[in-house]
Amino acid sequence: MIRRLLALALITTASAFAQPISLTGAGSTFAYPLYSSWASQYQKLHSNVEVNYQSIGSGGGIRQLIAGTVDFGATDGPMTDQQLTEAQQKRGTAILHFPTALGADVPAYNIAGVNTELKFTPAALAGIYLGKITKWNDAEIQKANPGVKLPNAGIIVVHRSDGSGTTYCWVDYLSKVSAEWKSKIGVGTSVNWPVGLGGKGNEGVSGLIRRLPNSIGYIELIYAIQNHIQYGDVQNSSGKFVKADLNTVTEAAAGATKTMPADFRVSITNSPGAQAYPISTYTWLLIPEKLSDQTKAKALKAFLQWALTDGQRYTTPLAYAPLPRVVVQKELQQMKKLQY
Amino acid sequence: MGNIALSTPEVPVPTRGLDRKQTWLERLRKGDEALHLITFAGGWSIIVITALLVQHLWVYSRLARHAFGWHFLFTSTWDPVNGLFGAWPFVYGTIVTSILALAIAIPIGLGSAIFLAELAPRSLSNGLTFLIELLAAVPSVIYGLVGIFLLIPVLSTAMPYFQKVFGWLPIFQGTFYGVSYFSAAVVLAIMVVPFIVSISREVLLAVPISQREAMMALGATKWEVTWKTVVPYARQGIMGSIFLSLARALGETMAVTMVIGNVAQVSTSLLAPGYTIAAVIANEFTEATGDLYLHALIELGLVLFAVTMIINALARLLMLTMKGHEVAA
Repeated sequence: MIRRLLALALITTASAFAQPISLTGAGSTFAYPLYSSWASQYQKLHSNVEVNYQSIGSGGGIRQLIAGTVDFGATDGPMTDQQLTEAQQKRGTAILHFPTALGADVPAYNIAGVNTELKFTPAALAGIYLGKITKWNDAEIQKANPGVKLPNAGIIVVHRSDGSGTTYCWVDYLSKVSAEWKSKIGVGTSVNWPVGLGGKGNEGVSGLIRRLPNSIGYIELIYAIQNHIQYGDVQNSSGKFVKADLNTVTEAAAGATKTMPADFRVSITNSPGAQAYPISTYTWLLIPEKLSDQTKAKALKAFLQWALTDGQRYTTPLAYAPLPRVVVQKELQQMKKLQY
Repeated sequence: MGNIALSTPEVPVPTRGLDRKQTWLERLRKGDEALHLITFAGGWSIIVITALLVQHLWVYSRLARHAFGWHFLFTSTWDPVNGLFGAWPFVYGTIVTSILALAIAIPIGLGSAIFLAELAPRSLSNGLTFLIELLAAVPSVIYGLVGIFLLIPVLSTAMPYFQKVFGWLPIFQGTFYGVSYFSAAVVLAIMVVPFIVSISREVLLAVPISQREAMMALGATKWEVTWKTVVPYARQGIMGSIFLSLARALGETMAVTMVIGNVAQVSTSLLAPGYTIAAVIANEFTEATGDLYLHALIELGLVLFAVTMIINALARLLMLTMKGHEVAA
């Protein structure tokens, strides 16, 4: 017995000497499946590096990063200038944004007697969410769906009740296509909704849609694909109706590369491109430009490099759209700014 | 604080032949003093934790308190984008759902407690009580799911008929989407009934048999014995169970947010969707960027604390007046 205990003690001490490098990150729930898959794949390749990612929400991720309790953050909406200044003051380092993958929001609906894929114009979506379009057979919806017999029924609007990057992407799109939305409601992870019921999470929203006839709501593309939920096409900035899938979402990112700012803080909703799906978004890793612990810093840099290159092939199986090549190239350039 | 006096009794304690006061060390060794210290620390820790809680909520809500003052309580706009925060829809929703839940749960809970304690055969009573106590241990998210998949469809089917009869009342008007104050209150009622039943049953069983026998000897019926003697005797304990239920109903988050609709509005109709304080904190806290937003959410926590205290105080006051009334009668 004693011998066994001794052996155990020896093993524990031995493993304590070969201490793994532990990288801690927190933030976006949207990107959680991808990052946790990356963490486990990366550990298979580099057994001494352990990536811990906690999906506490983008807002929480940014707060933790500014407070310095995590090594990296993750967010679905870029940090504001004010937050960047705050991080600079508190941590004495700039924070760099690195897009890692792409996601999209899709309009899902449940209309009695309608089983076809509906087409939505930007004006229709904005009108519905502003409470201006209240009936399914409204001319704005009907004109985009000539063959479909839409009922003369009231529209029940559903949105997310929890603060979310999904909401951010949706309202960011609405405020680009509707001046009224921009001035009255604005953009954020939670907004002051003019109409509608709130569901918690994608499952809450899709649950409400399924149960309430004549309802419409927005859900993440990934969630819709994985749960086989039917969703509508949306008219993009070149006037084409596009169905969201991984290709059209990557197209949206490609369309926006020309106007991509150097710090990657860019919204790709309503981006140009004939095949671009308009309600798409990047999800970002937030990496400090300087880190005091050099071992950690080197490991983080290597992980980031891997995620942007080899790691990209884990996106598609999880229904995230991969980054366009051009963007990856730009990001690898940006990585040179990291001071480690 | 009254218990401190108990540990230094005026009545001389038997000192095993030693005719002198025990020293502090002796008392400590014999366990008296140790027990005193432990319970004393336990009692004080509750006060200290509560005080720290309030202090923390107070400090971390300062931006919102300075920005909105008392208006925070009485305005209804909740606009994180433009930094305008008003708590009224949440306060209203919290109070309405909790009170309605208790209104549903008290008759059912008390009824079953009386049945289990006084009327049912002992074996049946024990079996049923075991089941009810199991219900109390079910996590709230399960109740939320039951609400979504079972209760709301049933309510949605029944509502048109219900509205035909009671639709003229302002509290039952408007379109019923399933998610509403009413659905939340029903789910809450189901959640708190086990508390009322299991505690009330225990206190009813603890009523001394002599009380019943005295009443029986006066020729009272079984019902009179139960209603006029046993229940009033156990009233303190029953009230305790109701307070516990109230606290759970006020603070319940997950189950409520799943069935209330999460719309920051104030409606007279119980069939309209609404929001509660606990639900909005749970929904928005993780993604709250910006200090004012965060502070506003923390101030909501402070408000919930105050609402709980006020409702509890009112309930206690109600109990006191009831007592006085009965004595007078």
